[in-house]
Order: sequence, then structure tokens, then C-alpha cells
Amino acid sequence: MRKAITGHKAVAEAMRQIEPDVVAVYPITPQSEIAEYYAEYVHEGVVRTELIPVESEHSALSACIGAAAAGGRVMTATASQGLALMVEVLYIAAGLRLPIVMALANRSLSAPINIHCDHSDAYLARDSGAVQIFCENAQEAYDYTLMAQKIAEDEKVRLPVIVNLDGFTLTHSVQVVDLLPDEVARKFVGEFKPLYPLLDVEQPVTWGAFAMPDYYFELKRAQQAGMEAVPEVFLKVQKDFSQISGRPYSGFFEGYRLSDAEYVLVVLGSTAGTAKVAVDEMRKKGWKVGLLKPWLWRPFPAKEIADALKNAKVVAVLDRAFSFGSMGALFEDVASALYAYERRPVLVNYIYGLGGRDTSVPDLIKVFEELPKIGKTEWALRYIGLRE
Amino acid sequence: MPSIKVLAEREEKGVRFTGGHTLCAGCAEPMVVRTVLNAIEDPVVVASPTGCLEVASSRFPGTAWNVPWIHVAFENAAAVISGVEAAYKALQKRGKISRRIRFVVFAGDGGTYDIGLQALSGALERGHDFLYVCLNNEAYMNTGVQRSSATPKCASATTAPYGEAIPGKPQERKDLTEIVVAHGIPYVAQAAVSHLIDLANKVERAMKYEGPKFINVLTTCPLGWRTPRDSAIQQSKLAVETRYWPLYEVIEGRYKINYKPKERVPIEEWLKTQGRFRHLFRDPRGKELIAQIQAEVDRRWELLLEKEKCFGVQA
Repeated sequence: MRKAITGHKAVAEAMRQIEPDVVAVYPITPQSEIAEYYAEYVHEGVVRTELIPVESEHSALSACIGAAAAGGRVMTATASQGLALMVEVLYIAAGLRLPIVMALANRSLSAPINIHCDHSDAYLARDSGAVQIFCENAQEAYDYTLMAQKIAEDEKVRLPVIVNLDGFTLTHSVQVVDLLPDEVARKFVGEFKPLYPLLDVEQPVTWGAFAMPDYYFELKRAQQAGMEAVPEVFLKVQKDFSQISGRPYSGFFEGYRLSDAEYVLVVLGSTAGTAKVAVDEMRKKGWKVGLLKPWLWRPFPAKEIADALKNAKVVAVLDRAFSFGSMGALFEDVASALYAYERRPVLVNYIYGLGGRDTSVPDLIKVFEELPKIGKTEWALRYIGLRE
Repeated sequence: MPSIKVLAEREEKGVRFTGGHTLCAGCAEPMVVRTVLNAIEDPVVVASPTGCLEVASSRFPGTAWNVPWIHVAFENAAAVISGVEAAYKALQKRGKISRRIRFVVFAGDGGTYDIGLQALSGALERGHDFLYVCLNNEAYMNTGVQRSSATPKCASATTAPYGEAIPGKPQERKDLTEIVVAHGIPYVAQAAVSHLIDLANKVERAMKYEGPKFINVLTTCPLGWRTPRDSAIQQSKLAVETRYWPLYEVIEGRYKINYKPKERVPIEEWLKTQGRFRHLFRDPRGKELIAQIQAEVDRRWELLLEKEKCFGVQA
């Protein structure tokens, strides 16, 4: 069913169809609408979910951890400072192997305070142990919210999954989204089978034990195994989802006019949509340009991305956040991935779009036009749309 | 009301918190934990924040917990139990669980008075059905006796040591029990490890109410208080006798003092037995400071008597 809705409504609709046992959520711009839509579903009796209107994001994720350990299917949503407040317990959710799905309405981190989009919040959680997926548009936000549940709950994975959607750009703009019928979505997500639930009082378990040097390392290694299982599960879930939706998701990233491209942009999130237009314009002028848009960012599909980029002449990696004191995080991922290849493209790193700064088609065309002039990999940042 | 015999029988039927934990010799915490758990007949799920009890009871791959137990972090036990209780309700609604389960938090004063206060307040306001037990030993004992907002005035703590300029903790302890009362929850009480039957009775009464229940238990710590290892009960008893730690309940907003010491035992009698106050008996400022501590104990006791008089349990 095709509907003209915002990205927030698309995520909320996916959540309504999943109908988790518990949603614990705290409002923050630009995520608040997800909390509001869901509260409406609960108060109207549309879903049987227990809604916990917590007093902070720290408590939101803490309550999610309690509910998931108890044996419930659990979801939440946040943005920016809210994620920053959650990060302590996000690491714990991952360490306890709890499949909590979270929408992240990407917003810049303070200071200065700002409510608009960049990816500094997602980058903050980069090493948390949460799986991270980036969406280009509201359709992907809806689709990946459903898929995230399956990925998180796979017994080989059992990790929290963050579904990133750009604040305002995606959360508040109305787009046409094709929603699955409720029963199709529900059947796809299926029943949740908790492991070692606290509420099984006949078989008491201790959650969140204290591990000293004699065991900590092995337990963290086991967590890494969960992360290593993600790629295979991700592809399988995509395949299953493609069958029920007719939308051909296949692979860890989307390549747009990529196979013969000499000059390539790598970019996360909604800017990929802008980049597609820029690619088309350049192609019209005879330039061999393309785009690589990762869906899966953590775990980083290094080999597959390197394979797709290795024949390009110049690759521009666009980071929508500083990783202060180093190159951008996505740039470093891509550079590391290409290290194994003897023949590899020249790399350049652009920082763009901080605090909601608009990135336009002409901005990206300008980037493409710069690329042939870059003769060797640069270890200094370039900027898009910055006044200096 | 559960007698010692009943509590012992329940413990024999199935011990809920076993030995083999690594709490210090003479620590009062296991007595409180076992008494509370034995006073509840239904199955329980327990949450604890980071602290002495958590560290000493859950070292992987062992555990002292024979009931489902969860620890997440320091400041969020009340939020965690909120989630557990909400999942229980959700699974009940879907017919996936039918038996009655009760929810209990055991948290120290650091995790309750200080870093966990916001999460506690949120959970109380939302009205989750759980019992929160504060094992109040009046400082951050797990990390080495740093001061908390439960630490009494003038006590020497590692972050508020006795010094030439400042003789121990300058501030009065926070009255958390009254802060909890202000949330308007059905059951609030103060108890002490020296009065275990009183504690068991309180737990039993508390569990009759739906919604949040809170018991603040003075849980003596020989290590942090610098008292002999066999003195935990004696210390607790003196705290009650000196009216430093009144045993009382606030049931649906109505006050009831459970024990009124017949004689006024000076606070000095309690202070002088503890290493954390030793300086008060050596320092020239000590006499004046002890008088200040006594005045505050008296003020709080008189206020409590007045509250009982004005807002007492109606006959």
C-alpha cells in the first residue's frame, strides 16, 4: 500500500506492525514524533505494547535492557544527545547480547547545540557493538526497521541494531512509502524466541555478571563472533525481504552506476539521493562517475566495498562528522579496506553537511570535477560547503 | 507476620541467596537480602546496580543468586526493573505468562541516593509494581569508602577525610526516605539490620500493595565504619536507640513509628564506637560538632513525631 508519509511515520508504522512487547522512549528533536506516534497507537489500543515513558534516554535503554533480558521484544528510538546519554548502556546491551532495535534520527552533537542532521551521533556509537544500518529515504527506513528486527534476533547475532535516518531530511519530509500489509510484515518478523529469559523463574539465570581478567576476554571474543555473524544473516534477511516486498535488496551497499566508474563518491544516508542526481548529470556530460552507498556500516563490509572500489581512479569518501584528530571514520574504513590491494584508487576525504548544512547537486558536481586533479591519496581533509 | 521459624523454613525449602559470595566478614548485606527474599513467598526477579552486593555475588562463572538476577550499570537499577516489570505485564497480556512474579531491587546508597536517584524517581512516578530495597551503608564502600549523600555529617570518608581545615564530611545526610514519601507511592519504610523481624514484617506488608514500594535499610559496614567485624548488629541497634535511624513506615501517606526508644541515648554513644568519627573525640572542634549532630538528630526525630501525630495511621 503506497502512502505519502514522513520518515518518522514510516518507522512508526514498521514498529506498529512489529508490535514489540515493550517500547521505552524519551522525546528529543528530531526523534520525538516516533515517540508520539507510538504513544498514540498504545493509547488508542491499536497495539498491546507496554509503553514506558521514561525520564531520560539513559533510562530508556536501561528499561529496554531489562525488558529484553526478561524475555520481551523491545524497541526504542533516539537522536544526538539522547544517544550520547545512552551510550554507556548501549555497550552493555551489546555485551549482554540483547536484540534491541533502535531508530536513530541522526542529529549533530553539541556544542554548539544544533538540532539538524549530521552523523556525529552514529559515529559516537561506532565501537559500541551495535549493528548500524544507514537509510537513504523513508522507504529504506521502513524496510530496514523490519529487517533490523530479524537481524537482531537471529540466534547467531543477538545484538542491538541501530537504523539510522537523517534528522529532518528524512524524518520530517513527506515521501511516498510502500507499506507491506500488516499480516505480511508480521509473518516476516515472526515470533520472538528469548534466550535465558529472567522471567523463567524455574531456571534462574544471572545476567550482567562480573568478569575478571580470567574470563572477560573470552566473553568479549564471543560478542565479536556475534558481530562476525551479521553479514551472512544480513544477506539472508535481505533476500527474504525482497521476496515479500518485491524490492530488490541485495548486498551490503548500493552501487549506483558504479561498475565502470572512474570517479566514485562514497556516502552514507540521504545525501546518496542527491549524489545520484549529480552522477546522472555528470554521466550526461560523458564523465564515468558512480556512487557507493553503504547500507551496513557496522560491521563494515570491508572486502566487498574494496572489491567494488578497487578499479576506480579516484574515490571521494564523504564523512558527515569529524572524528577529531584523525581522518573521517568512513574514510578510514575505506582506506583500510583497500590496503590489501596492490592496485588501488587515489583516496580523498571530504567533510560535509555538519549541523544540517545543505549539500546540493552543484556541490557534489564540484567534487566530481575536482577529483581528476587529485594525483595521490590525501591525508588532509577537504570540505564541502564550508565558508573559510 | 513471618516469624524466625517461618523465615528459616522458607530458607530450607530453597535458598534464594546462597553462601560462597565474597562479601566481607561481618557485612550486614546478606542478612538483609536473605530476610527480604525469605519474606516474599512468590517467585521473584531481582535487579541490582553496580556495588558491593553485585560484585561480591556475581563473579563469572559463579553466582550466589538462586533467583533470576540482573545487573546492568550503577545508575539504572530502577529503570532496569521498570523494563523487566513492563515485559512481564506485556507477556501476561499476550497470555504467555500466568504465574505471579514479584520484582525486587537491592541497591546501595550510592546507587540510590546519588547516581540512581533520577531513575528511581522516574520509576516511582510511573508506578511500576516493584519493591526497592536500599542497602544503606552510608558511603561508596565498594570503591573504598568515598562519601555519598547518605554519609553522615562529620564522618571521615576517603573523599571527605578528616583534615586540619575540614573535619570530615561538612554536609548533613540527605533524607531520602522523605524524598521517596513525596512521590506518593503506597508504601515507604525505614528498617535496620538489627531488627530483622521488623524488616520481614515490612516486606510482607509492602508486598500487599500494587505499585512501587521502598524500604531504606540501615546496613552497617564494619569496613567503612571502622568497627569490629562482629559489631554490625550492635552498631545498627545503637543507631536506632539514639534515634539516629528511626524505624517507621509511611503507608498510603500515613506515618507510623514502629519503635520509640524509651530513653534518650546520646548520639555520642554511637559515634564513639566508630573509627569514622574518631577524630571528633580528639579534635578541639569535636565537642561543638557532636552538639550539632545531636541537634540535627533531635530535630529530625521531633519532626517525625509531629508527622506521626498529624498524619498518623488512622484507627
